[in-house]
Amino acid sequence: MATTLTNQTPGPIPDGIEPADRRTSRTRPLFDPPIVRRALGDAFKKLDPRLEAKNPVMFVVWIGSVVTTLIFLASLVPAAGVSMGGWERAFTGQIALWLWFTVLFANFAEAIAEGRGKAQADELRKTRTTTRAKRMDKNGKIEEVSASSLRKGEIVFCTVGDVIPSDGTIIEGIASVDESAITGESAPVIREAGGDRSAVTGGTKVISDQLKIEITANPGETFIDRMISLVEGASRQKTPNEIALNILIAGLTIIFLLATVTLLPFALYNVGQAGSGSAPSITVLIALLVCLIPTTIGGLLSAIGIAGMDRVMQYNVLAMSGKAVEAAGDVDVLLLDKTGTITLGNRQAAEFLPLPGVDIAELADAAQLSSLADETPEGRSIVVLAKEKYNLRGRHLEENETEFIPFTAQTRMSGVNIPGSRVRKGAVQAVVEYVKQSGGTVPAELQEIADGISKMGGTPLAVVLNEKPLGIIYLKDIVKGGMRERFDHLRAMGIRTIMITGDNPLTAAAIAQEAGVDDFLAQAKPEDKMALIKKEQAEGRLVAMTGDGTNDAPALAQADVGVAMNSGTQAAKEAGNMVDLDSNPTKLIEIVEIGKQLLMTRGALTTFSIANDVAKYFAIIPAMFSTLYLLSGTAHGPLWALNIMQLHSPYSAVLASVIFNALIIIALIPVALRGVPYKPMGAAALLRRNLTVWGLFGILLPFPCIKLLDWAVVALHCAPAH
Amino acid sequence: MTFIGWFQILLFLGAILALTKPFGTFMHRVFEGEKTWLTPILRPVERVIYKIGGVKEDEEMPWTTYTIAMLLFSIVTLVVTYVILRFQAFLPWYDKTYMTTPMTPDLAFGTAVSFATNTNWQAYTGENTMSYFSQMVALTSHNFFSAATGIAIAIALVRGLGRRSALSIGNFWVDLTRTTLYVLLPLCIVYALVLCQQGVVQNFHPYGTVKTLEGASQVIPGGPFASQEAIKMLGTNGGGPFNANSAHPLENPTALTDFLQVLSIFLIGASLVYTFGLYVGNTKQGWALWGAMAFLFAIGVSVAYIQEARGNPLIAATGVEDKASVLGDSGGNMEGKETRFGIARSALFATVTTDASCGAVNSMHDSFTPLGGLVPMANMMTGEVIFGGVGAGLYGMLMYAILAVFIAGLMVGRTPEYLGKKIEAFEIKMAMLAALVLAADVLLFTALASVSHVPHPAAYWNTVSGTANALASANTNNSGPHGFSEMLYAYDSTTANNGSAFGGISVNTPFWNLTQGISMLVGRFLMIVPLLAIAGSMVKKKRVAASAGTFPTDTPLFAGLLIGVVIIVGALTYFPAVSLGPVVEHFLMHSGKTF
Repeated sequence: MATTLTNQTPGPIPDGIEPADRRTSRTRPLFDPPIVRRALGDAFKKLDPRLEAKNPVMFVVWIGSVVTTLIFLASLVPAAGVSMGGWERAFTGQIALWLWFTVLFANFAEAIAEGRGKAQADELRKTRTTTRAKRMDKNGKIEEVSASSLRKGEIVFCTVGDVIPSDGTIIEGIASVDESAITGESAPVIREAGGDRSAVTGGTKVISDQLKIEITANPGETFIDRMISLVEGASRQKTPNEIALNILIAGLTIIFLLATVTLLPFALYNVGQAGSGSAPSITVLIALLVCLIPTTIGGLLSAIGIAGMDRVMQYNVLAMSGKAVEAAGDVDVLLLDKTGTITLGNRQAAEFLPLPGVDIAELADAAQLSSLADETPEGRSIVVLAKEKYNLRGRHLEENETEFIPFTAQTRMSGVNIPGSRVRKGAVQAVVEYVKQSGGTVPAELQEIADGISKMGGTPLAVVLNEKPLGIIYLKDIVKGGMRERFDHLRAMGIRTIMITGDNPLTAAAIAQEAGVDDFLAQAKPEDKMALIKKEQAEGRLVAMTGDGTNDAPALAQADVGVAMNSGTQAAKEAGNMVDLDSNPTKLIEIVEIGKQLLMTRGALTTFSIANDVAKYFAIIPAMFSTLYLLSGTAHGPLWALNIMQLHSPYSAVLASVIFNALIIIALIPVALRGVPYKPMGAAALLRRNLTVWGLFGILLPFPCIKLLDWAVVALHCAPAH
Repeated sequence: MTFIGWFQILLFLGAILALTKPFGTFMHRVFEGEKTWLTPILRPVERVIYKIGGVKEDEEMPWTTYTIAMLLFSIVTLVVTYVILRFQAFLPWYDKTYMTTPMTPDLAFGTAVSFATNTNWQAYTGENTMSYFSQMVALTSHNFFSAATGIAIAIALVRGLGRRSALSIGNFWVDLTRTTLYVLLPLCIVYALVLCQQGVVQNFHPYGTVKTLEGASQVIPGGPFASQEAIKMLGTNGGGPFNANSAHPLENPTALTDFLQVLSIFLIGASLVYTFGLYVGNTKQGWALWGAMAFLFAIGVSVAYIQEARGNPLIAATGVEDKASVLGDSGGNMEGKETRFGIARSALFATVTTDASCGAVNSMHDSFTPLGGLVPMANMMTGEVIFGGVGAGLYGMLMYAILAVFIAGLMVGRTPEYLGKKIEAFEIKMAMLAALVLAADVLLFTALASVSHVPHPAAYWNTVSGTANALASANTNNSGPHGFSEMLYAYDSTTANNGSAFGGISVNTPFWNLTQGISMLVGRFLMIVPLLAIAGSMVKKKRVAASAGTFPTDTPLFAGLLIGVVIIVGALTYFPAVSLGPVVEHFLMHSGKTF
């Protein structure tokens, strides 16, 4: 049983599938009803000033809400001495209400982003086992203990049907393991002692054979524990870019606070000079302040960050920090291993090239014969090629008459002896030696054909029958489907791909050209990979790489973005800053896109937020000073001329601006959660596009919207028409 | 508006464009200690200066040491100036007959701060207050030092951006010495001689009394002023020896001197932008900033010229005003303007002097139309980054560039970087601090002046022409929004270290001298220190290689973005304030009411 399984490669999801399809069951609709319900509740809980104070922009709105509410309440109590006309009171009450909505909308955005993570965490928690573990002591005696009592270094035993109690390394045995609890992928994978497939994760299930496992994590530190805290956002820390942006918007908030606060003395001076008009009320000043400060980005900033992590998770990648996702957006160079990533795992026979005077069918027949017992993928591909091209069926050979010669590193040949014939295939040099020893002659063409194949990036295998060379089998690296498109895509994003391979430079160059990568590192040893990363970094580039083996660990740690394959070793997983649960090396492309989207969304909404202010000034400033310097015989003062939107009245103008300011937060929640659309293109083109969409429209959009809202508040009798 | 008017403006811009590259290249060589044609003459002098000062030429400083050196230098020179001013009566060339304004402690403080900060705000009338000695030693020397300091800071910041993974940003004393010795002094000597030839006064004669054609008697002052005039313009200082500044025929006698004066305001500021490009290894980076500055200049000068040429509709309605004609009549608003210069050159001078932090004037900005007067005000509100004060314009614009890159740079999907260096929390904190301090300085002081009562007793704090004003705002000459504009302009000018006055406001009282002095100190040093901190943090960073995904900052698109950020940030901060000043005044004027 176990031996048959070893031939299956528990491998990555096939390539060429559209990125969207890669998403697993973790995808859920943007507004999932249960999540929305929970978020609505959380939005109110987040009104707690201790929580609001963490977000300076929204805290200013929160204070504004409290102050306007108090003013409104005071106006209802005659003893408070705040006298107001009917419209003034209704206006104050409505402003207070909409300011509360502004805070609630921002809270809701954050809550809904968190809710998606929480829902995932709940699912993961279900898989966290309370099962019993079979702990082995030094003498091999098995004792049942609670899984949560297991400590690092202890040995447990798992057999068919057991849930692996904690993270560990297999020290004995091989088994197929169902990892769907973590990856969402139902196909089982092989785990075996030694090598790069020895790590197991707590919560996964053994479905065949048995394993002896050394536990590598203390309770509370397991992979699933970390995963839960990551998706829940419990361990979420603000990323460097988020901190910088927070400083920027806090700074802008203070600047607008200054502009608003000083407006009162400026107005008082002018009112004194004019003898007409009145200084703006506290409510109007607060309304102006809230409209000016960047509430859109302030309210959505944390939602953007949480949603970014969530999107990474939807691609089945576990990012250890938001910083890593951001760094992915900055990646300049991507290092990819050739084998298994760019090419299918193994070389395949592509063609039979006979020597002059040899019939191609004869060559194919000998090649197939020599490979019948060869269970390597190359061997099997020779059998298949002969079958498909020359219709040669596999023959049944009498076992007692047949002697299979296995491949050894010394002979560098394999083959078969049957009565009357000795067939060998192998490295050209080895076959030449063999022919000479057998007394045969080697035609010069053999080497010529072999050299030609090497130049094309292939591997030549010579075939000899008795002492007569027949020709060459052309083994070729097969580039996975769709790779060229993916690399074009990366190039358009400004990322250079470098292929790492152990092949000689000639072969590497040919494959690099076929796959469409920008550069390659041939005859690479692990330390060369490390040196390459350091060199690129020294030249100021950010490097991303994927890896799974223990010898990849140092390079994964050195790279700015290191994506470890979940199928890889514990060491690799700990060295990287992301783990791809699907073990798909090209997933980096999606991660890079998400990183870029994350930053773009922040920039877009910040720009939008600031651009919006222009229209708000044209609504509120004329409203504030509608009767200042009133000339006799006119209904409005000179500054009413700034009311270019022709809003109905000062009350309706201010109200419409505040409502717009609140509603735009709700309207942009989908953008915050999904990210702004990203298409790979040059930075200049991207900037031009985003500046138009978020900058220019950010300036223009509020004008019609405020106009419409002004019309609505008057139509609904929420504000006077004059 | 006339063809010749627009032509002069274009000629000016063309001249600046032509001078930028050669002079920028020259300055780069000077700051890097490379050989220039002046080296054989000046190098020995430079060595002697270092020897006397104990300066080790090759020893560079980290930003902290650089900042401390700069602050020490500024404080010491400030104190020396204060002492000279206070004791000018005991020093040479003091004629007490004409020195009618007493050099009070507050005036000496305000003036010393004003010159130390490259502001040259003058709360006094030069002819009646300053002895020749004070003008020459206390004030003119500062014109050199404060200009050289500004240039040194800009170069330090540029080194911070240009170097990679380094620690030091240059040696303050070396930068200061080289700027003065190789850039300012040689230019000023030639320039002063040309001004002399054109008729700018340069003597030590006592004031003379002459009989005018009308038979009245007039006192004509003299003084060593061609030399002061040269550095006043080149160093974007702007404080002239006479009250009328460059509108005075002894400071600015001819059309040629007027042209040279505006040219010399922009010369160093514009060329430094090219120097910056050389430092960062890509002159297109410099031209992108240059383009943004030139565009903003063009907007300003066009608005000012158009508004002034249109004039005041109330006067036009009376029919007394000339129509513009090619033959010389300029039409429009000639109030407060010299007939020698006319509207186009007055609008040009007003725009240039406030784009840069010069503050010299050849016309009275107070007499401009409301929107015409808004142009100089708005220029200063941007922080004077349109070519700007020597050094100050460049470092101010780089602050905007950092903010622009951070906001919009995110939109290309990468952590923002400028010139290959990541813009992170620290840089944003410092850039925002600088922006915040400037806004607070203008707005809070104007608010204070608008409504506050001066401290008791008003007789001490705020006496104007014998009347004690309990209200600070009572010092304005005009009422209504125009009075407000005068106060706003005053603190705008001191914060931006410009020094030009809207006029029409009496500021030689302890209240105004002190608040303006403080606002100048804040506007200068609380801007410089954060920017030097940015230099210190940027210089340590490694340089990120550019790729197809890198935000390009050497393109017209970036220049456009920068223009947008400068305008939007400035407009959003000051729109409420200016709406109660020039904007409402403009609407009122068109409704038939002036102040």
